[in-house]
Amino acid sequence: MDNRTPAVKLTNISKHFGSVAANSGVNMEIYRGEILALLGENGSGKTTLMNMLSGIYFPDEGEIQIDGTPVTIASPRDAFNLGIGMVHQHFKLVDVLTAAENIVLGLEGKLDIKAATRKINEICDKYGFEVNPSQKIYDMSVSQKQTVEIVKVLFRGAEILILDEPTAVLTPQETEKLFDVLRKMREDNKAIVIITHKMHEVESLSDRVAVLRKGEYIGDMMTKDTNAEEMTNMMVGRKVSLNIKRPEPVGAKDRIRVSGLTVRNEEGILKLNDVSFTARSGEILGIAGISGCGQKELLEAIAGLQPVESGSIEYIEDDGTAEQLIGKDPRKIRDMGVSLSFVPEDRLGMGLVGNMNLADNMMLRSFEKGGSPFTDRKAPYELAKSVVEELEVVTPGISTPVRRLSGGNVQKVLVGREIASAPKVLLTAYAVRGLDINSSYTIYDLINKQKQAGVAVIFVGEDLDVLMELSDRILVLCGGQVSGIVDGRKADRAEIGLMMTKTGGQNE
Amino acid sequence: MSNKKVHEPLFHIVKRDEMTFKKALFIRLLAIVAALLLCAVITMVVTGQNPISVYGTMGVGAFGTARKTWVTLQNVSILLLISLALTPAFKMRFWNIGGEGQVLIGGLAAATCMIKLGDKVPGGLLILIMFVASLLAGGIWSVIPAIFKAKWNTNETLSTLMMNYIAIQLVAFFTVLWEVPKGSGKIGIINQNTNAGWLPNLGVPSFTGSKYLLTIIVALLITAGMFIYLAFSKQGYEISVVGESVNTARYVGIKVEKVIIRTVFISGAICGLTGLLLVGGINHTLTTTIAGGQGFTAVMVSWLAKFNPIIMVFASLLIVFLERGAGEVATNFGLNQSFSDILTGIILFFIIGCEFFIRYKITFKRGGHKK
Repeated sequence: MDNRTPAVKLTNISKHFGSVAANSGVNMEIYRGEILALLGENGSGKTTLMNMLSGIYFPDEGEIQIDGTPVTIASPRDAFNLGIGMVHQHFKLVDVLTAAENIVLGLEGKLDIKAATRKINEICDKYGFEVNPSQKIYDMSVSQKQTVEIVKVLFRGAEILILDEPTAVLTPQETEKLFDVLRKMREDNKAIVIITHKMHEVESLSDRVAVLRKGEYIGDMMTKDTNAEEMTNMMVGRKVSLNIKRPEPVGAKDRIRVSGLTVRNEEGILKLNDVSFTARSGEILGIAGISGCGQKELLEAIAGLQPVESGSIEYIEDDGTAEQLIGKDPRKIRDMGVSLSFVPEDRLGMGLVGNMNLADNMMLRSFEKGGSPFTDRKAPYELAKSVVEELEVVTPGISTPVRRLSGGNVQKVLVGREIASAPKVLLTAYAVRGLDINSSYTIYDLINKQKQAGVAVIFVGEDLDVLMELSDRILVLCGGQVSGIVDGRKADRAEIGLMMTKTGGQNE
Repeated sequence: MSNKKVHEPLFHIVKRDEMTFKKALFIRLLAIVAALLLCAVITMVVTGQNPISVYGTMGVGAFGTARKTWVTLQNVSILLLISLALTPAFKMRFWNIGGEGQVLIGGLAAATCMIKLGDKVPGGLLILIMFVASLLAGGIWSVIPAIFKAKWNTNETLSTLMMNYIAIQLVAFFTVLWEVPKGSGKIGIINQNTNAGWLPNLGVPSFTGSKYLLTIIVALLITAGMFIYLAFSKQGYEISVVGESVNTARYVGIKVEKVIIRTVFISGAICGLTGLLLVGGINHTLTTTIAGGQGFTAVMVSWLAKFNPIIMVFASLLIVFLERGAGEVATNFGLNQSFSDILTGIILFFIIGCEFFIRYKITFKRGGHKK
């Protein structure tokens, strides 16, 4: 159907992990001078497919052609030699080395940092990157680290670039910058593949989209000929509505009052500086901000996990009496009768235990109940069963370790447990990170139901569009300070973006 | 596909799906059989003996007579006890490799009571004091590194290891201080005339096993107790959570420091109890080598059994059988003791190596067979 010679042609590629087919019979083409958006729900095999191109996995079946020649890619080195470079979701950089040292790491031949620095600067000038080759990685922001990763693959002569969810960690402004760079690369006749979940990014950046579903190739189309709804339907395999409900808050009462909260982390760095706000019952308070500007510390301080330097966090009962939460650990907070649920960012490292099964994970919150020295296994088992049923968790069974579930199902298990205790306050951090559209909407629905049940929800999010659709009010954090609280119904995207980088939208 | 340019690597290592228990067991048995075959070949080449008779000799070494059987079972019990002691700490990812020292200190506490209180308090009370003293001594010895770990996150592998050498030096000091007769450098049999502080034999004196029964029963009780503790108790659950993720533990309000110190105390206390059995029940004396390196062997036993107390019974049986059997082979065929180490090494290599095939499979070139 296309007369151009594809830079990459995948024919009938299959890959199995045990009995699970991650990819089956995928046929796909990638062209030079084009940005291809690879779409698909979680577990649809996007990353696996790209990992086969970059030499991390080896296909069970099928053929890969580069510029019309069949090739074998058995290692990342083979991939580099063929001009394929991948920027992974999780950066693979050595913290204590400089940008230039990271970029030349693993290359053969004599180590010549000076020459490398020159070449790095050339690449940066050509595409408009801003990298200081002698800066250490640990001194860099997330977006700078990502830039180093991209320069690294270009340095190695990559002609075919794969980016796995590059914008998940970036602010709107940083995302725009990245897209400008990618467009310049397209003009330079490079082939670019970008994996993303964000529809507006697909629409604004890509030339063509390809959709995977459950490991199979569904089809491709030119971006200009399609729209978000059609793409979503193709990904999910049926019609989905893309609107997030926002019911009006009913009978909102002050529930959590934070005033003058100041927190330093273990290294003594100021993470929260004089933060004050109130979260109300029956309302969703969205928290926006660049990643790492205090969201984690804020939620953990409220949950009793983060030592506080000064300030106060009060829980306000229905009758107006206020209780101080600072200085109490999660167990004490629970013993006080404060029903507070927390869906942390690190689901398997904090919220759940990956190696334990569903029932044992349910038990985390309840195992201490009762005076017996032995655990009650029956109640958690029943709870696990009802969570699986009600939230439609896809799992082989209750006794499956949660680490073997997909991201969306892991999150359903975690959220299911946290709302099972009928909380008064629900804290969520990046509740839909890494989740596909379907699971994301399930989670939004669950959060909305909690809100309607009168729960005070604090929702830390990274997707501004979602925050603006879901939240009643949005608190914007910048460098640990509150740069403003705006009405979710009247918020303006650009304004919030600006507040995220500058306190109060003004100069620093 | 006929293009010559496509070179496929000879084989790939592919992660397996979770394997059924039966299949995994089959692979492990296969590994043991393969190991025994290789050992047979090596024995044949070195000794020129028929491997069947060599294995027969091993069996005789471990179970040849009633006495040999009882000694084997007693040795299994001691190794099993130390392995069980280390297990709760290991499950918590606290690498207690100080079992050797904790056993020694427990033994030292028991010996001290026997020597200093032997003629001052009645027998029953003395044994009770010894019991408390050795449990406390072992527990405190292990808790010292645990406190450092809990408060300042020091590396427990190093500190528990170093505590072993302190324990050995302490015991060496006291053996010289209390040596009988003077100049021998040994304590000798303690309270040989009064038998004060000697743990009782169970059963009638004519019964061969009566001397060994106490240790075996204690080991069985602790095995059952540890199994229940780890699998069903709240504290056992806390241990698993802390081991899997300290962050999760904090998140649900588990006091991590407290769990670490409590668990490691239990670990050391059971080691101390083992020391009591060795000094008060089996040897009636104290030497620096009374634990005989089993504090380290137990690390392997605990891992081999994947921290499951029931499987640990079989793992310790296997190790002790190999030691005693190979020892018999070495004496019978005039080989030096290292030969038994070689055989033990081969068998362990296979057992541990087969875990790789349980987790991964090797796929050969397309159309090839699977292992």
